[in-house]
Amino acid sequence: MVLSDVQTLLHCRVFSGKDLLDRPVKYGCASDLMSDVLAFSQSGALLLTGMVNVQTIQTAYIAESIGVIIVRGKKPDATVIGVARQKGIPLLGTPYSMYEACGILYRAGVPSTMKCVHEHDLSKSV
Amino acid sequence: MGNGETVSQSFAILGRHFLEGGQVSTEIKGMLKELGIDAAIIRRVAIATYEAEMNVVMYAEQASLTLKVTPRAITITVVDRGPGIPDIELAMQEGYSTATAEMRELGFGAGMGLPNIRRNADEFNITSTVGKGTRLKITVNLNETNGRGLPFNPHRQ
Repeated sequence: MVLSDVQTLLHCRVFSGKDLLDRPVKYGCASDLMSDVLAFSQSGALLLTGMVNVQTIQTAYIAESIGVIIVRGKKPDATVIGVARQKGIPLLGTPYSMYEACGILYRAGVPSTMKCVHEHDLSKSV
Repeated sequence: MGNGETVSQSFAILGRHFLEGGQVSTEIKGMLKELGIDAAIIRRVAIATYEAEMNVVMYAEQASLTLKVTPRAITITVVDRGPGIPDIELAMQEGYSTATAEMRELGFGAGMGLPNIRRNADEFNITSTVGKGTRLKITVNLNETNGRGLPFNPHRQ
């Protein structure tokens, strides 16, 4: 799957990086906590978030996300779009909620970048 | 840059300048790429530096961040003028935070900053004086013995 497939699946509007939509989507990462993205996401993940500010783009750049999907129909301002363009981060917006957007991508075969569950013994947590 | 030579550069970070937060780590990431350092190592240094930079932006008045690259290691030292950390052990716990609503609105202040920095560092040292400031020093090894990254090649472009 590449970013343009995600654009179709999630009915995305593209705010920046129209020429970068052939990037492969290896993993998905969903969080509004940028430190969690920095701590748990792998290089090459697609970031889904409801957090729309310059630090969202900085985080995507530092964590080496391949792109950012803003959920719930939120719109980034001109500064955020400018930073995304400058750093070569595709920035897209979907009308879906975080839960719906993640569900659609997960069903389409995009695995999670966060491996938190593997660090826990699930049999002991029930 | 030949064997034994080092790169050393200092950057200023201003507290409360939320829009500028991340510019120093972006610049450092670019410098390390130009030096031909392994991508996984660069990512670890960039994450640790960005968290440290955001800590200064959120809590301190100002800071000096120094990057030093030798053939053996990358060192980041951040010395800030600010309120200091009264209980470092507590601040190192994941989830502990003194962040304000403004900081949380940026997606930070969830109590993951210092643990994230330590997670990405081979050596981690922090000292603080309440009312004066905090000094953070981290090292990420470039030699083969750490088993985490490729050896540093100073001649690679």
